[in-house]
Amino acid sequence: MARKTDGRTLLIWCLVLASVLVLALLQPRVPDLKAYPSAWTLPVVDWLNIGMDWVVGVFKPVFRALSAVMDYPLVWTSAFLGWLPWSVGTVIAVMIGYRAGGWPLATFTLGTLVYILLMGLWPETMNSLALVAVSVPLAVALGFGLGVWGFQSPRAERLLTPLMDITQTVPAFAYLLPILILFGFGPVVGLIAGIIFAFPPMVKNTIVGLREVPADIIESGLMSGATRWQLFFLVRCRAGLRQILLGVNQTTMAALNMIIVASIIGGSEDIGWRVLSTLRKAEFGESLVAGIVIALMAMVLDRITHGLATRAPDMSPPQGFVGRHRFALAVLGMAVLVHLATLALPALRSWPAAWTFDPAGPLNTGIEAFVLWAKPVLDAVKNFIIFTLVLPLKIGLLNVVGPFTWGFTATVWHAAAYAALVAVGAGYALSRGRAGLAVAIASLGLIMFFGLTNLTWPGATLLLIWFGYRSGGTRLALWTAAAVAFMLLTGSYEKAVLSVQLCGLAVLASFLIGTGLGIAAAESDGFSRILRPINDTLQTMPVFVLLIPVIMIFKIGEFSALLAIIAYAVVAPIRYAEYGLRNVPKDVIEAATSMGATRSQLLWRVKVPLAMPNIMLGLNQAIMFGISMLVITALVGTDELGQVIYIGLSKGNFGIGFLAGIAMAVIALLADQFCRAWQRRIDAKLEGAA
Amino acid sequence: MPGPVKLSCRHLWKVYGPDPARFFAREGAAPDALAAEMRAAGHIPAAIDVGFDVHVGETFVIMGLSGSGKSTVIRCLSRLIEPEAGQVLLDGQDLLAKSDRDLIEIRRHKMGMVFQNFGLLPHLTVIENISFPLRLQGLSAAEQRDRAAHVIDLVGLKGREQSYPGQLSGGQQQRVGIARSLAVEPELWFLDEPFSALDPLIRRQMQDEFLRIQRVLKKSIVFITHDFLEALRIADRMAIMRDGRVVQIGTPEELILNPADDYVAQFTGEVPRIKILRAHQCAVFMANRPDNLPRIAPEDRIEGLMSKLAASSAGLDVVDSGGAYLGTVTAASLVGTLGRVEGTSPSRVAHG
Ligand SMILES: Nc1ncnc2c1ncn2[C@@H]1O[C@H](COP(=O)(O)OP(=O)(O)OP(=O)(O)O)[C@@H](O)[C@H]1O
Ligand SMILES: [Mg+2]
Repeated sequence: MARKTDGRTLLIWCLVLASVLVLALLQPRVPDLKAYPSAWTLPVVDWLNIGMDWVVGVFKPVFRALSAVMDYPLVWTSAFLGWLPWSVGTVIAVMIGYRAGGWPLATFTLGTLVYILLMGLWPETMNSLALVAVSVPLAVALGFGLGVWGFQSPRAERLLTPLMDITQTVPAFAYLLPILILFGFGPVVGLIAGIIFAFPPMVKNTIVGLREVPADIIESGLMSGATRWQLFFLVRCRAGLRQILLGVNQTTMAALNMIIVASIIGGSEDIGWRVLSTLRKAEFGESLVAGIVIALMAMVLDRITHGLATRAPDMSPPQGFVGRHRFALAVLGMAVLVHLATLALPALRSWPAAWTFDPAGPLNTGIEAFVLWAKPVLDAVKNFIIFTLVLPLKIGLLNVVGPFTWGFTATVWHAAAYAALVAVGAGYALSRGRAGLAVAIASLGLIMFFGLTNLTWPGATLLLIWFGYRSGGTRLALWTAAAVAFMLLTGSYEKAVLSVQLCGLAVLASFLIGTGLGIAAAESDGFSRILRPINDTLQTMPVFVLLIPVIMIFKIGEFSALLAIIAYAVVAPIRYAEYGLRNVPKDVIEAATSMGATRSQLLWRVKVPLAMPNIMLGLNQAIMFGISMLVITALVGTDELGQVIYIGLSKGNFGIGFLAGIAMAVIALLADQFCRAWQRRIDAKLEGAA
Repeated sequence: MPGPVKLSCRHLWKVYGPDPARFFAREGAAPDALAAEMRAAGHIPAAIDVGFDVHVGETFVIMGLSGSGKSTVIRCLSRLIEPEAGQVLLDGQDLLAKSDRDLIEIRRHKMGMVFQNFGLLPHLTVIENISFPLRLQGLSAAEQRDRAAHVIDLVGLKGREQSYPGQLSGGQQQRVGIARSLAVEPELWFLDEPFSALDPLIRRQMQDEFLRIQRVLKKSIVFITHDFLEALRIADRMAIMRDGRVVQIGTPEELILNPADDYVAQFTGEVPRIKILRAHQCAVFMANRPDNLPRIAPEDRIEGLMSKLAASSAGLDVVDSGGAYLGTVTAASLVGTLGRVEGTSPSRVAHG
C-alpha cells in the first residue's frame, strides 16, 4: 500500500475526480445515472419475506411455546412488583443503594423514587423494572454460559465474536419485527429483544474475566489439590468475579436501553411507552417528566450494579450464618416491618393521589414560551446549518442556493467563482507539498457542489472504491466494492446515501466537538471534572431520552435528528481524546519541555500526534454510536434507512425492515474497516518515526 | 549423611512448540544434538534431559539465569505441566503415571508449593487463603481453623488473620503463601523463587525465617532462585541450569571451588570467598604457639569463627575428630589466605 501521494497517484486522483464531475454533469440527461435502475435490483425483500414465512411456518409453535414459558416469570414479577407497596419497595431499594454506594447513592436512590412517586409514575416504572428484572438474569445466564464456552474453546470464541458484533451492529429496531412475528405480540417481545441485545457484553466480560486470572493463582489452586470443578468455580470464577460483575453492569444497562426502545411496539403500560406516546401527541411536558424518570432509573441501576461489582470487601468479615447474611436479613427484616406498618397506614401502601403533582401543564407553557422567545436565534442557527451544511451535502449547493436560502439566485458566474475558489485552495495546498489536503479540498468541493444524492451512483462508487484502495489497499477496495454492490443490488443505495449523509455529518461534528472538548479536558483538570458527570449521564441515558429536549426545541425534522445523534456520539471522542492526551509518556513531555516547547507547541506538536491512535479510536466509536442512534432518530422523521426499518416495523413487513437493518450493519462494518485502515496507517507512522 | 531418596527425576524433557512428540519417536539421540534439532525446527526445549535426586530432609536448590528452565522443571515435578519424556519418581513411584484423581490426592497430602508472585486469592482473607487447601479437601471447619492457626503461628502472621492479601506487604503476602503451602503438612515442598519479588532486606529476613522453619519441619525441598547468595545460605545441594540443561550438581562449596565451566564460574565468581572458606584451608602449621588455644574443627566455616578469632588474638587450633593437630588459624593466616584466593581463579582455593 503506497503511503506517500506520488505523481502517479495524484494523476489517478485527478482522473477519478474528473470522471465523477463528468458523470454528475451528464446526470440530468441520463436518468439511469442518478438512480440505480430498479430493473437491475434483486427482489431481496421478497426472498426475505418468503424465508421468514418458511421459518414461521416451521418453527412458530416452538417460539410460541418459548414465549409462553417466558411469559410466566414476567407475569409473576410484574404482579409482585405491582403488588409491592411503594414504601416497602423504597426501603429495599434505598438499602441496596446504601450497600452499593454508601450514603450518597442511598440518598440518590431515595430522591429518584420520591420523584417517581410525586409524578405518579410508580406503576409504569414498576412495569419497566419487571422487564429488566426478568431479562437481566436470563441475559446474564446466557452470556455467562456462552462466555464459559468461548473461554474453553478458541473455536467457540471465533464463532461467538462475529455473532456478538452482528447483534450489536444490526439496529435493534430491525430485529424487533422478527421477534414480534415469531414470539407474538406482547411484553415478551421487549424481554426477548432485551436479552438478545444485552447478552454480548456479558459474554465478553466473562471471557476476559476468566482468561485474565493470573497463572499463579490457577497453579496455586491446582497445588492446593483442587478438582476440575473446584478449580473452575472456587478459584477461576471467584478470582475473575469483578470483571464478570462488570459484565452484569453493562448487561443491565443494555437491557434497560433495549426495553425502553422496544416499548415502541406498545402493549405494555411501561415508562418507555409513556414517553413515546406523549411525544407523539406533542405533550412535551409529560414526556420530559417521564423521560427524566428513565434517565434517573438508568443512573440508579448503573451506580448500583457498578457499585456492587467493585465493592471493596469488608475489613473484618463477620462469621456464621447470620453474620454472613446480615445484609439480606436486615433488608428482609425492614421489608417485613414496613409492610406491617402499611397495614396500619394505607397511605404507605399506595401513594395517595393527593400527594402527586403534575408539572406537565406549567412545563408545557414554559417550554412554549421559551421556544417562542428564542425562536429568532434558534431558527437562525438551524437555517444556517441546514442551508450551508446539511442540504448542500444532500442535494448540492447547485440546488440549494436560491433567493429564499442564500438570498440570491445562483448564476454561472457564481459556479465559476466557486470552482475557482476550490481550485485555488487545492493548488495552494499542492504547492505546499500537502497533496493529501489538496485532494481532500477538491473532493469536498465537488461533493458539496453536487450533493451526495446527485453524485451519480457510478461516480460515487468509483470515488469510494478508489478512496478505499488509498486507505487500506486492495483488501479495503474489495470490501468497499462488495458493500456498494450490496447496496445497489438490493435497491438500498438511495436510502443508504441519505443515511451516510445524515450520520456522517453528525459523526463528523461530534468527532470535532468531542475531540476538542477532550483536548480541553486533558489540559484542564477543572474542566475535566465538570465534563465527567455530563459524559456519564449522556452515556448511561437510554438513547430515547435524548430525543425529548431536541424535539421540544427544534420540532420534528432532520435537524433534530442531527442534534440527537451528535449528543449521543460526542461522548466517545471526548473520552478517547482525553485519555490519549493524558497518557502520552511523561518522559516525552519532559524532553519536549526541556527543549523549550511552549504550551501550545507541546500540545499540537507532541501530545496530539502521539495521542492520535486514541483519537482515531474515538472516531471509530463515534461512528458506531452514531449509526445506532440513527435508527432511533427515525422517530423524529428522517428519510433514510432508519426510517425504512421503522416503516417495515409499523407495516409488519419483515423483509423491508430487515434488509434496511442489514444495510445499516454493512455501513457500520465498512466504516469500521476504514477506521482500522486509518488506524494502521497512524500506527505505522508513529512506529516509523520512533 | 543424606537420607533415602524422596524425589528423583531422570532424563526429563519439556519442549514447547507445535509438535514436540515427534522428536521422541526414535531412541538414543544425544541430548544436545536433539535439542539443537528442536530449536532448528522452531521448538523451545525448556528442559533438556534433566536428572537429579532430592533426599529426605534435604534442601535442593535449582539456580540459573532467567529463561534457563527452572520453573519448567519444578512444574514438571509437580505435574503442573506434563513433561514430554523422562521419569519423575516420588517415594519410588512413577508420578507421571498417576491418574488425575491420584494426583489430586498427592497434592492434597504430600506436596506444597510457594509461588514467586504469591498466587493468593484476592477475595479471601489470610486465614481463608491458608485454609483453602483444607477446605477443598472437605475438612470440618474446626479442623481447618486449628491447622490454619498452627501454620499462621509458624510463619508469624498472628493478628493478621482477617486481612485481605491486598492489605499486606509483599513479605507478609509471601508468609501467607508459605503458610498455605504448609497447611496440608506436605512431605515435599516446592518453592519457585519465593523471595525474588521482595526487597533485599525483607528477602534476607525471609531466608532466616525459612531456615528456622526448615530446622523445625525438616521437609524435602526443591527451591528455585537466581541469587547465588541465597542458594549458598540455604542449599544442602544445588543444580545449576543453563538453556534447559543441568550443567552441574553439587554442594555450594563444590560449585565455587570446582566450577564445571565458565557459566558456573560467573555465578560463583561474585561470592566473597570468606563465605565459603573453612578452617583447614586457612590454617598454617605453627611449631611455637601458646598452649590451650581454643580448638575448632577443620570443616568449620571461617565466616562463623570471626568473633572467636577476635577473642583469641593468638589464634585458633584446628584439630580433627581424632584430636590430631592440623594447624592454627590466626588473623595473619586468614588475611593471607583471603589475599591469595580473592579475585583469583576459584579453582586454586581447593588446593590452597
Ligand atoms: N508456555 C510456554 N510456551 C512456550 N515457551 C515457554 C512457555 N513457558 C516457558 N517457555 C520458555 O521456556 C524457557 C524456560 O522458561 P522458564 O519459565 O522455565 O524459565 P525460568 O528459568 O523459570 O526463568 P525465570 O527466572 O525468568 O522465571 C523460556 O525460554 C521460556 O520462554
Ligand atoms: Mg521462573
